[in-house]
Amino acid sequence: MTTVYVPADTSAVSVGADEVAAALHRALPEATIVRTGTRGMLWREPLVEVDTDRGRVGYGNVGVEDVPTLADVIVVGGPHPLRVGLIEDEPWLAGQQRWIFERVGVIPPLDPEAFEAHGGLAGLRGALALPPSQVIDIVTGSGLRGRGGAGFPTGLKWRTVADTESDLRYVVVNADEGDSGTFADRILMEGDPFTLIEGMAIAGFAAGATEGYVYVRSEYPAAVAALRAAVDVARAQGWLGSDVLGSGVSFDVRIRVGAGSYVCGEETAMLESLEGRRGIVRAKPPLPAVAGLFGRPTVINNVLTLAAVPSILARGAERYAELGVGRSRGTQVFQLAGNVARGGAVEVPFGISLRELIEEFGGGTLSGRPIGAVQVGGPLGAYLPPEALDVPTDYEAVAAAGGMLGHGGIVVFDDMVDMAAQARFAMSFCAEESCGKCTPCRIGSTRGVEVIDRICSGDNREANVGVLLDLCEVMRDGSLCAMGGLTPQPVVSALTRWPAHFGLPEREHAS
Amino acid sequence: MTRTSEWTPESVDAALSLVDGPLTVLAALQAVQEQVGHVPDEAIPVIAARCNASRADVYGVLTFYSDLRTSSAAETQVRVCLGEACQSVGARELHQSATRLASPQVDVGHVYCLGNCALGPSAEVDGRVVGRVTPGRLASIVGESAG
Repeated sequence: MTTVYVPADTSAVSVGADEVAAALHRALPEATIVRTGTRGMLWREPLVEVDTDRGRVGYGNVGVEDVPTLADVIVVGGPHPLRVGLIEDEPWLAGQQRWIFERVGVIPPLDPEAFEAHGGLAGLRGALALPPSQVIDIVTGSGLRGRGGAGFPTGLKWRTVADTESDLRYVVVNADEGDSGTFADRILMEGDPFTLIEGMAIAGFAAGATEGYVYVRSEYPAAVAALRAAVDVARAQGWLGSDVLGSGVSFDVRIRVGAGSYVCGEETAMLESLEGRRGIVRAKPPLPAVAGLFGRPTVINNVLTLAAVPSILARGAERYAELGVGRSRGTQVFQLAGNVARGGAVEVPFGISLRELIEEFGGGTLSGRPIGAVQVGGPLGAYLPPEALDVPTDYEAVAAAGGMLGHGGIVVFDDMVDMAAQARFAMSFCAEESCGKCTPCRIGSTRGVEVIDRICSGDNREANVGVLLDLCEVMRDGSLCAMGGLTPQPVVSALTRWPAHFGLPEREHAS
Repeated sequence: MTRTSEWTPESVDAALSLVDGPLTVLAALQAVQEQVGHVPDEAIPVIAARCNASRADVYGVLTFYSDLRTSSAAETQVRVCLGEACQSVGARELHQSATRLASPQVDVGHVYCLGNCALGPSAEVDGRVVGRVTPGRLASIVGESAG
């Protein structure tokens, strides 16, 4: 009998995938209902796929009320209004190049046989056959840079950890994906957690680390459950433990859950939290690569960074390095979010313009109104006006345009957006989430909210704009980490590009 | 999230024994909350002793993290996402209307990002994320959940 695939991803479930799966099970008791991750086409969720001899055929935006007619079509064939066609030919998917998300949405997330049958473990097996130093050379040669936002070269970080004398080293995965507009880490952890574990094991082998931690935010309970289950399976399969894949190499993974603190996504605050303390940012140096978790040399990488590594080893660093532009090599999983018609995860080589992503993949705004502003790189990223969207997605090019690529999250607003309210939100968010260690961030953010309120209420407007810009300069230059240091980005970009929203004359404050 | 089991020193010990790996203050607090539903005052000295920390250290950690609570939660927990992506599709209005659902049985709060940014506005009711949610639909889900 037929196999029917229904995603169990949080986003799919948030629009009814569980109810659809249950209804399909009742309507087609003979069929096998397989729960997978999401293809990333979140705008089509719940997206039901049916196995046919030509491949999987998709049906988008399926509701419980559609299940009776869909069940008939599954049994006897024929057209259906929700039919998308062969899913691999879907232009939105076919236009992507999936390295990191190769198996996401394809296989049941916790099935070790399916994982291996779809290319899993090839990267780890390849790595274990080489000297650790050569694995680092391959990662360096691929041009892979940290996907968490800073874009630090991954091979260089691993080399530093490997070269630092210590009897114990760690691999820590930063899975505290707290930026609004980002969800690629979550989709991967829910939909293909073995790939992250495989990437961690490769990093551990290369850098000489024997213990790994995943620090995952508590707002992602499904990801936590998937990771915990995946670690158990991986241990039982001999992929983790004292003899990884029979190589004699030892590596094991523990899952740690955050407790609702945005700043714990900052790597040193995350280390404090992993050590059980308040998530207060540490001064650098020493770099975590030299003295990180429990004072030991620690590889800290983002989920997507480590998840890219197995495919780089399996398919070749040269092929990976051929993709992308400038110093941004390979692919990035961009996330289209907010007021966008076709939101979801798009994995393509670096270099595609923001406009292509938003208009061609995203289909413009959900509301159908003109684009008003786009925030790239999370709550600390600058707001870009619609005319600035031709910039290529390249760490350096976006920075030169006054923005920040960050973790690849792209939040679209339509022209009804109130940019003064967004600037005020950036400051109030910083006030709420600041760890409190350094003064510019802790106090500056609260003063920032007050000054923006004064500007917007017309209280000594010109002078207060000067105060706000001065305050932003102090926060930018005087804060210990990106929380206080980058909060001025959304604030200043909103103020300089949309002065009228603050009750100011146009252009006067363009800098 | 809304466990109401009574606190006993044994239950704290039982919770701490479930921690995998090093017993840190945060891991201990999370384990107690998982077991008891919140962190009772009486658990603080027990955790301090077990973690070789001062009571002030434990209290400091307890009050830093927004997930950790010192009293039991209402029966139904509602959190509306107020991240920018959800703001762009009406989260502020959703949050405003949700606050009217608050009662002794229903806690209404906010969260910055549930990771459902392509299908906002989003809210979470007793741990279940709902996407593309309208004020009316949220009210009916909360009504069902609160019985």
